[in-house]
Amino acid sequence: MSSPNLVYSDVEEDLRASVRSLLADRAGPAEVLGRTETADPYDRNLWHTLAADLGAAGLMVPEAHGGHGASARETAVVLEELGRSVAPVPFLGSAVLATSALLGTGDELLPRLASGELTGALAVPLSTAPGSPFPATVRADGTLTGEVRTVADASVAEVFVVPATSADGPGLYAVDAAETTVAEVVSLDLTRRIADVTFSGATARPIVRGAAAESAVDSALTTAAGLLASEQTGLTEWALTETVTYLKGRYQFGRPVGGFQSLKHRLATLYTELVGARAAARYAADALAGGYDVPIAVAVAQARVSPIAVHATEEAIQLHGGIGMTWEHPAHLYLKRAKSDELAFGTPGRHRARLADLVELPA
Amino acid sequence: MTVTAGDLRGQVADFLATHDPKTLPRLEFLRARFDAGLAWVHFPGGLGGQDAPRALQAAVDAAFAEAGAPDNDPRRIGIGLGMAAPTILAFGTDEQRRRYLRPLWTGEEVWCQLFSEPGAGSDLAALATRAVRDGDDWVVTGQKVWTSSAHLAQWAILVTRTDPDVPKHQGMTYFLCDMTAPGVEVRPLRQITGEAEFNEVFLTEVRIPDTQRIGAVGEGWKVAQTTLMNERVAIGGVALPREGGMLGVLTKTWRERPELRTPELRDRLVRLWVEGESLRLAGDRLRQQLTAGAPGPEGSAMKVAFAELNQKLSGLELELLGEEGLRYDEWAMRRPEQVDFLGREAGYRYLRAKGNSIEGGTSEVLRNIISERVLGLPSEPRVDKDVAWKDLPR
Repeated sequence: MSSPNLVYSDVEEDLRASVRSLLADRAGPAEVLGRTETADPYDRNLWHTLAADLGAAGLMVPEAHGGHGASARETAVVLEELGRSVAPVPFLGSAVLATSALLGTGDELLPRLASGELTGALAVPLSTAPGSPFPATVRADGTLTGEVRTVADASVAEVFVVPATSADGPGLYAVDAAETTVAEVVSLDLTRRIADVTFSGATARPIVRGAAAESAVDSALTTAAGLLASEQTGLTEWALTETVTYLKGRYQFGRPVGGFQSLKHRLATLYTELVGARAAARYAADALAGGYDVPIAVAVAQARVSPIAVHATEEAIQLHGGIGMTWEHPAHLYLKRAKSDELAFGTPGRHRARLADLVELPA
Repeated sequence: MTVTAGDLRGQVADFLATHDPKTLPRLEFLRARFDAGLAWVHFPGGLGGQDAPRALQAAVDAAFAEAGAPDNDPRRIGIGLGMAAPTILAFGTDEQRRRYLRPLWTGEEVWCQLFSEPGAGSDLAALATRAVRDGDDWVVTGQKVWTSSAHLAQWAILVTRTDPDVPKHQGMTYFLCDMTAPGVEVRPLRQITGEAEFNEVFLTEVRIPDTQRIGAVGEGWKVAQTTLMNERVAIGGVALPREGGMLGVLTKTWRERPELRTPELRDRLVRLWVEGESLRLAGDRLRQQLTAGAPGPEGSAMKVAFAELNQKLSGLELELLGEEGLRYDEWAMRRPEQVDFLGREAGYRYLRAKGNSIEGGTSEVLRNIISERVLGLPSEPRVDKDVAWKDLPR
């Protein structure tokens, strides 16, 4: 096993600073909240700046395919910041899922996704766990027919990367969004939308077939599950920081509420969990970047970090008191994201079951 | 000019060329290593080091270990190395440093720590052991507790009360105490496990020369802070392999004993496996931050998390063992030189792990430290700040 690198490099810290500054300017809590009930819940201008101008969409893509030749480590840093701001951009769907599915194929779509010129989505239900059977709801027969439910970031995708099965077996196809019917559903998570995507004889361009298609989909799900832990770490950090700030300034019984030991200890527990979450998330990102110990690193990250993000955002609601239950305070956006993330790419229980097999703890 | 790892490797090679670890007596070898500035390289010249970066010590230790050189048994002399030495270096006189550091490092003189008292554990500054000036000496009377190695130690670091009329943090003074001096009595303190890993130490009119005072009279709290900071650095310093420690004991039993398995126990085991792995990674991450010269504040959190994990794991082990868990290996009072946590049986591990959330800072105190020093939350209201020690309720 190569030696893991779990600290942030200077380059990663610079990237973080740029992304954080952009999000602070353009995706403050009031803007994000205000957008959730408009006809245009995604901020496409922000997405363009992040993806194209800052180059965040092409971090994992090699330079030969039009990307920046960085790695999952840098992508994870972007996700941490996106988690801290629950910014409404299709980074997970396009820059992580669709892009990872194409990474090993060298497909012509890669440079366009990497440059941010095109926004993509991988047509799988968001809840699909790595290691799941190849999706079977879309048939390929010259054209594509079938339905995929709860696809993340589908409503702003211009192109779909679609796993579909033909008489010859599994295949991966590229489908223009105009060829599909995208029906956005009401999502638990207000800042990452899901939609049901229907293909009715859609024109499709084959990308890869057979085992290569299976491995492309699994690799995308594995990468997304591993990197989602960084987004979840960002959610946890926001929840802790925001709650600490609030409790320092909120007076009850003649003292700042944050001075009461019962609450201090709950926050110290969250900090302790954050320390473990960050280490597990960093390990998953480094393992994905270095191509070592990936299945275990990803299973540990999802089994550990998902419940921590949910716990932190639940505590944020509780410790903000009545304010935490209101629509105008952004805490609910984070809880909704954290709980949806817990279901995304396999629940913690599913990852624990997988891990038990991987590390040989038989039933 | 900064010393590099390469320079040090060269020095070790030169040293080994003239000091053969196979023929030279152990103590002579260790003294020569100290004198060559290869003991703790970050210490000053003449005191076992050469002002090199602390991070380079690992390479020096590894080079000596590789050559089969004797080590100075740092586990047995951990309190001396980890706590007494940095304190003597920071606050001792030149004469004190020259007198104490060399035999401390070689292990010729074992050290213990006389800090905690029956009435002053987490609230260390409440301590009551009195030191009264008498000519060139101080006369010390009081009781200390939880003292590891006191029955083996030649020397102790000791904090006392020298002025009861000022608030508790101000009236303390720090000494080096000769454990063989008249009036020092060490009694084993038997614990929940049956063994006596620690001691109670009774000090009855013990005479300590003023030349063994460390720091100014009344500045004992400041000196003790240096000792305690170094204690916290020492905790969690060792890299563990995956499934190291208690988790490894449990997974081994799980794999070898299929008849013990149930789905419920498996789910709990895997949860703890995940917790253990993420804590192990957090330790790696903290060490990498230290090496990069940017230590993070994660240490206290890791101590809290480790204590909880070890308690959950050792509790689960007993449940997994079922009927066998009802037995205990032995209650006879033993006096181990160090805790044999993994070498004893499950019942011992369960009971000993209860101390993990108490020793080296209770989890409650550590959570206060995290919330106040890391998260910046308001501190507890202090009712004892401006009250003379003698007027505090106790």
